[in-house]
Amino acid sequence: MKITNTNFKHLYQALIDRILKGEGYSTQQDRQAAFANKNVQPPLDLLVDKVAHQAFKISDKDIDMARQSGVSEDQLFELIICAAVGQASRQYESGLTALADATKKEGGPYAS
Amino acid sequence: MRLEILNSGYRFGTKLLFGIIRLFSGYPLPDAARLVFYRPGFYGDPAKNFTHRAMRGPSAWSVGDRELMAAYISRMNECNFCVKAHSAVSAKAYNNTAIVEEVLADLKIASIDLPLKATLIMLGKLTRENSINAADMRAVLDSGVSSEQIEDALAICFAFNITNRLADAFNFYVPSDKAFDAGASYLLKRGYA
Repeated sequence: MKITNTNFKHLYQALIDRILKGEGYSTQQDRQAAFANKNVQPPLDLLVDKVAHQAFKISDKDIDMARQSGVSEDQLFELIICAAVGQASRQYESGLTALADATKKEGGPYAS
Repeated sequence: MRLEILNSGYRFGTKLLFGIIRLFSGYPLPDAARLVFYRPGFYGDPAKNFTHRAMRGPSAWSVGDRELMAAYISRMNECNFCVKAHSAVSAKAYNNTAIVEEVLADLKIASIDLPLKATLIMLGKLTRENSINAADMRAVLDSGVSSEQIEDALAICFAFNITNRLADAFNFYVPSDKAFDAGASYLLKRGYA
C-alpha cells in the first residue's frame, strides 16, 4: 500500500487507531485496557504490566498464566501489541510534551 | 516464538515467500520480520510505515546515527535481539564497528559528537524512566540539536520501545552473528517498508 502522508503525527495516529478501534478478535474495551495498562482483568493484568515495564523478564510461564484467562492466541497477540504500543506512546507523549515546554518562548504564555 | 500462530499461522502465500527468502539468502527470515507478516493489517503495516519513516525518511540524523539510537534504546530495554540487529546495521552504515561498541559499552566516555551523545542520554532516560522533562530537553537543545532532530529521535524511541517489548514478549529467536550481518545488509539496502 502506497503511503502518501508521511507526517509522524499522522502515522502515529494511524497505528494507534488501527490497534484500538479496528477489527480484532478481542473487544475494543479489552484492547484499550491493555493499552492503558488499567482495569485489565486477572490473570491477564500481570502479563500486560510486564510487557509495559519488564518485557525482558517475560517467560513462557507468564504466557501460560495469561492463557488461563481463556483468551485465544489471536487475542493474546492483539493484547500484547496494545500493551507494548500503549507504554511506548506514554513515553513518546512525555518526550513531545517536554520538547514543547522546553521550546516555549521565554516570558510565559502572555508574552508577546 | 511463544505464540504458535506466529510460528505457523501464516497464509500459504506468506509461507511460500518465507521459503523463497530462505532459499536465496541462506537464512530464515528473522522473527522481527515474520511478526509484521502476521495479520499485517492489524499491526505490521501501520508499524512498518511509522518505523520506515523514522529510520529512513528525511532527517538531519544519518542512517548510522538512527540505527545507533535504535541499538542504544534496545540496550536500555535489555533486548538482546534488537541490540544485535541494530548495532550490526549501525556499524555497517558507519563502516565502523568500534564506535558502536564504545557507545553501547559506556556512552559517557564514547568518542562521539556532543549533539548525538546528548540525544542518546535523553533517549536512554526516557526509555528507562518512562518520562522526561523540559530541563532534560533543554540540555539536548543546548548541545546544538534542533527541535526537528529531537522529534525525529523521539519517533525512533517510540518505534523501538514497541519492538523491544514485542521481541521479548514473543521471544524472538536470536540467530548467529552471520545471520544478523545478512539482515543488516538487507535493512541498509531496503529499510523497513
